[in-house]
Order: sequence, then structure tokens, then C-alpha cells
Amino acid sequence: MYEFVAFYIFAIATTILFLITVMSKNVLYSMTSLAAGMVLISGLFFLLGADFLGVVQLIVYVGAVMALYSFAMMFFDATKDVKEKHGNSTLVFLLGGLMALVFVVMFSAPIIGENIQALYPVGLAENLGVSGNAQDVGLVLFTKYLVPFEVAALMLLVAMIAGIILAGKKMDYSLTECEASDEELQKEIKKEEA
Amino acid sequence: MDATHLPEVTAAGVIIKAVLILAVIAAIAGFGTYIERKILAFMQRRYGPQHVGPYGLLQLVADGIKLFTKEDIIPQHANKIIFAVAPVITAATAFIALAAVPVFPDFTIPFIDVYVPSIASDINIGILFVLGMMAAGLYGPLLAGMAQANKWGIIGSARTAIQFLSYEVVTGLSILAPIMMVGSLSFVDFNDYQADGTWLVVYQPVAFILFLIAGFAETNRTPFDLLEHEAEIISGYVTEYSGMRWGLFFIGEYANMITIGVIASVVFLGGYNDFWIFPGWLMIIGKIAFSFFFMLWVRAAWPHVRPDQLMWLCWKVLMPLAVVNVVITGIVIMLVQ
Repeated sequence: MYEFVAFYIFAIATTILFLITVMSKNVLYSMTSLAAGMVLISGLFFLLGADFLGVVQLIVYVGAVMALYSFAMMFFDATKDVKEKHGNSTLVFLLGGLMALVFVVMFSAPIIGENIQALYPVGLAENLGVSGNAQDVGLVLFTKYLVPFEVAALMLLVAMIAGIILAGKKMDYSLTECEASDEELQKEIKKEEA
Repeated sequence: MDATHLPEVTAAGVIIKAVLILAVIAAIAGFGTYIERKILAFMQRRYGPQHVGPYGLLQLVADGIKLFTKEDIIPQHANKIIFAVAPVITAATAFIALAAVPVFPDFTIPFIDVYVPSIASDINIGILFVLGMMAAGLYGPLLAGMAQANKWGIIGSARTAIQFLSYEVVTGLSILAPIMMVGSLSFVDFNDYQADGTWLVVYQPVAFILFLIAGFAETNRTPFDLLEHEAEIISGYVTEYSGMRWGLFFIGEYANMITIGVIASVVFLGGYNDFWIFPGWLMIIGKIAFSFFFMLWVRAAWPHVRPDQLMWLCWKVLMPLAVVNVVITGIVIMLVQ
């Protein structure tokens, strides 16, 4: 009973928040509803008994959306509406609608076939004498999904190194401790580029 | 606390516990401002508040009246909804985080026979939940700064973002080594692991120091109070706030200080186990009080750092140290087993 009520509250709130994310023209509203929606999705994980995944959802997306915020801060004035460019709105509407339809069909197909079965349900590790969500996730990750897990780790490492190389060109000196004026700095940077 | 003879936790008990946490921690948070001013004053050879009531004790009431009766100003060009929501996020997440930590000893209310547990919601991934919730609390300063259409606010929220992205890695990695030793994410398991009297800080001194440093950054205390450093950016993210909205930020900040104190006590300093002749509940209150005092002590003794120094410290010093600590802990655990 409680779970039904909680599920519908979380589901409706998440949908509304993500709608605001897409519809709103204000950067601040979009980002905030995105963050709030991500937090509320972790509520659904908790309802399903997947505490560990719920908390991971919370921690990862709070940090990820925080990084998005910092970009929004650099590129937009948060208190003003963004002027969006609408090219062909009919085409956008059609494509978006089609995509949504495809997704609905994709995800509802197994429901119609009544074929949804958890291959590795919660409580998997209890057979081995240890209980807990983190143990369940660890057991599956390091047996069945070991290769995808390691490949994902390698991909993240590659992305990190690429990020450092892209961003780290002018990091030899600290701009904060530099006592030169802005014009002198500009000259210095131009000299180095030449 | 006997794990075998605990009565059943009822919904009424949890609700009473939640109200108790809210009331007591909010009151302590208010009282914390008085203690902070008094301790800082003694360390700087001043008197501190002393005119309202005996020893200035009623200063708290005077401050409360001031906060409640002050005009609630919302700037004309601010984003009003976000501006109003931001302080609530800080205060609410601070109290939600407290739901999963052991705050007071458990007891049974006589006559109506309701058992009030020590932890309001004893989930088996307590530590991660508390850290995640405290991280979500940083949205308060971030949104407040961005919504108020004020340059100081924007700088404050930019500093929030870099501070969050810097210390969050250190918090997670530093607490990972004790988690590996205990093999659980539950506060109760951490407490039981140290039941023989050997505190985890003995095995993990590096992790303890790293966690303390990251904890100072997490609660925006000096030396990492970049978000609102008044000598540089007026008040940072709280520049445009007044009245009780401003007060909510501070209730949240003091509640977070208590949470960090609880985590440090339970994970590293022996938890609520009995010690010599002192009962467990006295020990945990003493440890939390000491860590609260320690934060004030540091504030009185240290200057604050620049944002670039914080990033340098977190990414180039603390994070490698934490990773090395985790690797060494792993090797030692493997060899011992």
C-alpha cells in the first residue's frame, strides 16, 4: 500500500520535473528540475529494495549535474530566458514523437509477453552467507559482467587522459598568483602561441 | 546496547525519533552560534556576547527574534522560486542526512511503551547515504548564488561548484579504506567492529586526517570557507538573503557540522561503545562535542585558503594520498588473510 502511493508520487514528480527540464527556457529551472528529478529517481531504486544503486544514483548524478551547472554558469545569464532557435518545428515534433513511440514499444514488448524475469534478483549474495546490496552488485559485476566492467573502466581512463591533455596546455603557470595586468597577460599568451 | 534484545521498531517510534532529531538538532544549531562566538572570543582574548542574560546566554533568543522579525527581501531581478527554495534545500538535506546516523541512544517511552530507536532509518548502506545527502546539500549555496542576480552570489556559487568537485573525491576515497577493513557500509557494523576498544583511527590515521580535511570543506568551515568569505566576496551566496531564509542556511550548516562529527566518531573514533567507566551514550556525545569544538578551534587558529590552493590541495596532494592509502590497505588485508 505504502509502496504504491510512494511509487506514484515519485513517478509523477519525476515525469513533471523532466518535462520542465525540456520545456523551460530558463537555464536555472531546467538544471534544477534535472537535479531534482535525478534525486527522485533514486527513490524508485529504494522502493525496489536496491538501496546501493539508489545511493549511487544520488551521488553520481548530484556530482554530474553540478558539473553541468558550472557550464551553465559560464555560458548563460541564469536569471534571463534563453532565446531558442526553432528551425522546422513540425519536423522536430514528428521526429521526437516517433522516437518516443519507438521507445514505448521497445520497453512494453516484454511486458506484453510477460517475459520479465530478474536474472540476478536482489538477495543473490545471501546464498553465499553474506547479505547486502553492495555485495549483490559486486558479485554480479565481478563474475558475469567482468569484461564490460573492465572495458568501461578503460574507457573512462581514456576519457580522463584525453580531458587532461585537452585542458592542460597552459597550466604551467598559475594565473591566480601572477601579478601582471590583464593586457600583459594577453601579450604573454600571444607570444607563447606565436 | 544489546543487539539481541532490541524491541521492534514501530512507525510511531520512527516518527517520534524524527521529530526529536529535528527539534534537538535545530535547537543545538541555534545554540551552536552562541558557543561559536563565545569560544572564538576566548581564543582571541575577547568576552564575546555577554549583555543579554547571564554570560550572554539569552543572545540566542535575541538573535532568533531578530531573524524572525526581519524583513524578507527578495531582489527585483532574482529568480524568485529558486531563490526561495535554495535555503530549504540546505536545511532539509542536512536533516535527511541525520536520518541515517545514530544520534542519541535508544530508549523506551514509559506508560505508552513506544520504543524509540537510535537510528531513525537503519539502512545497510548508511555511510554512502549520509555522504550523498550532504553532497546534495551543496545545491543550496549553488542555487542561491545563481538565483539572486548578484555578482558576489555568482562568484559564491562558482566557488561552490569547484569546492564540491574538489573535495568529493577525497571524501569518498578516504572513507573507502575503513569500509574495506570493516566490509560493510552500515554504521552499526562500524561500531561493532570497534567494540574491542581498538579505534579504527589507530589502523587508518591517514584516512582519518583526509576525512577531517574533506569534512571541513564539506561543511564550508574555515580554512575552506570560500563560499562566503566576507573579505573577498561580501557574503558570497548569502549576500542577498535576510531574515529566516538566511537563518535556514546556518541551521543547515551547523546540522552538517554535527553530522560530520557523528561520522568521524562512529567510523574512526570507536562509536558508541562503552569506554572504561563511561557509558556509550556519554562517549558519543563527548566525541561529537569535541569534533564540534575542534572545528571552532581550527577556525580561530587558521587563515582561510584561496580557491586555487584548495583545488591544488585536493587534486594534487589529498587524492593521490587517499589512493595510495586504499592500495596499501588492500595489500595488507590480502596478506593478513
